[in-house]
Amino acid sequence: MDMKKNYFEDVQLFTSPVVVFWFAFLIGGLYLLPFVVSNYYIYVANYIAINIIVAAGLNLLVGYAGQISLGHAGFFAIGAYGTTVLMVKAGWPFFFALPGAALVAAGFGFILGMPSLRLEGTYLAIATLGFGLTITKVIGRIELFGGRDGIHVPDISIGIDTDKEFYFLLITMTIFLLLLMRNLIKTRMGRAFIAIRDADIAAETMGINIVFYKTVAFAISAFYAGIAGGMYAFVIKFIEPENFTLLMSILFLAMVVVGGLGSMMGSITGATLLCLLDLKLRKILDIPYIGEWLRGLSENWFSITGVSNIQYIVFGSIMICIMVFEPLGIYGIWIRTKKYWRTWPF
Amino acid sequence: MIDFIQMIVSGVASGSIYALMGLAMVIIYKTSEVPNFAQGEMALISSYIAMMLLTTMNMSASMAFFLSFVFAAILGAFLEFAIFRRAKEPNVLGMIVITIGIEMILLGFVSWKFGAEQKVMPFPIDPYDGFIIGGIYISKLDTLTLVCALFFMAVLYLFFKFSKLGLAMKATQQNSVAAQIVGIRTNMIMMVTWGISSLVGATAGFLIAPTLMHPFMMWDPMLKGFAAAVMGGMTSLPGAVIAAYLLGVIENLFGGYVSIEFKTVVAFVCIVIVLCIRPSGLFARHYVKKV
Repeated sequence: MDMKKNYFEDVQLFTSPVVVFWFAFLIGGLYLLPFVVSNYYIYVANYIAINIIVAAGLNLLVGYAGQISLGHAGFFAIGAYGTTVLMVKAGWPFFFALPGAALVAAGFGFILGMPSLRLEGTYLAIATLGFGLTITKVIGRIELFGGRDGIHVPDISIGIDTDKEFYFLLITMTIFLLLLMRNLIKTRMGRAFIAIRDADIAAETMGINIVFYKTVAFAISAFYAGIAGGMYAFVIKFIEPENFTLLMSILFLAMVVVGGLGSMMGSITGATLLCLLDLKLRKILDIPYIGEWLRGLSENWFSITGVSNIQYIVFGSIMICIMVFEPLGIYGIWIRTKKYWRTWPF
Repeated sequence: MIDFIQMIVSGVASGSIYALMGLAMVIIYKTSEVPNFAQGEMALISSYIAMMLLTTMNMSASMAFFLSFVFAAILGAFLEFAIFRRAKEPNVLGMIVITIGIEMILLGFVSWKFGAEQKVMPFPIDPYDGFIIGGIYISKLDTLTLVCALFFMAVLYLFFKFSKLGLAMKATQQNSVAAQIVGIRTNMIMMVTWGISSLVGATAGFLIAPTLMHPFMMWDPMLKGFAAAVMGGMTSLPGAVIAAYLLGVIENLFGGYVSIEFKTVVAFVCIVIVLCIRPSGLFARHYVKKV
């Protein structure tokens, strides 16, 4: 199929001019988007972009390095609170506060990576889950961070006032981070992650330093979550510990799994799909036809107050269906379609 | 001193709930190596069914609980049959994602059907009734929970050790192909396992419901029970129960003497420390990976 003849073909960013063209087309489209759609959709796009950053980071950890994390809401919270507190209490400017907070998150990721050296599978899942829950509890206790009542996020104050200007900043950042990630995966480090995922003992015998690469995978993943968290704070303008629940960690993991493990396009499509679904299902009764039918069903058989909980049912079904029918996610479906059409009609 | 003993008593009370959830998880993990995140919600839906039978259908308590136990067992077996058997070449991550998916479906269903507000479940024993021995208050419901936890532990331990079905379950876990060769119907075994596990979990649900009943009531007990099961080694029934009581007591003492705010997270700090020292839990034989 795709024959690679030398090393440079393996590491190059774009495989053909066609890909370059479509990539440029997509980027152009993204930058022109705010001029054609309404403010609500800019908000939606911001929300999606933030989730794409987290999903890309989590995919590096879960899909490439083969570790499990159910605690990414913790890193997300550290990013959000870190940025806010550094700006409000320490008076740092935005462009220092955001990377600063993300580095703090990366530090925590590094610490959480330590147990991963000895734990795997189920045990690692419960350890990371415990971390995620602990972080929100601890943050809710610290007075400097606003405690239980939460904290107001300041203006970004670098000449960015509207959602539209924020969108340009966020989209630039997202593209930069995704390109960085794609480069990283194609270097020695990325190949080491994949080797550890496939067979860690074999990787170790080949001279890959497992201690270093496993902890670094956690740190990088946490850094991405931290950046995304910092940007999220500016989107919702007010943060409190209850924003960062276990459910959020589960949703992040669902995005990665639904999109496709070990694929950049997978994290992007997964995050986009689940975010759009999330926003749509919050107002499920407003959807034509389905909404009216559900209203009748709820009034007769279920409770009308709990109708928004249908989103849990939808998400759960998607997760199960993907795992049962197509473990590689949307990316797997895409690969299969591509293979099918390559030799069509034979 | 009285305070100290009282804290230990309430620690044992909450430990019993964790022990029941931990047992339920261990049963499934023992046979199929699935970390079942849906355990809590399986118990949740059984408790709501029990409440519905008791209040809207006016059944007698024994009948209602019997029917809900039957429902719980069927639900567990059905989930195994309908979902887990269909999964292709599942790995640990896949299992976790599937069980979380089931959890979300059940949670969404319960809160859609019954609403998110606090409910009251009528229970034959008044949950706020108790007796005082030497200045220490012991609630009747907690005593019942303790008895249930110890009862299930003993019965399940004997079951896995001496009964033919229990041995078949062990064989299925250790090598399912070889088990099939010697004539064990592994599919059937899996369904029975899930049924028993769901039943044990549902007991925990019924015992929580009289004091606290809303769609998220099982999250905390489920996570703590899971933590206890992991701490006990995931495959050892007595290990899970001992770890559950340890967690319950440590949590309550911590809440009483150090900080009430961090009471709920101390369990997770405990297990991270325990896992760092003994990666496969306190009571499991050390897990050696084959190349």
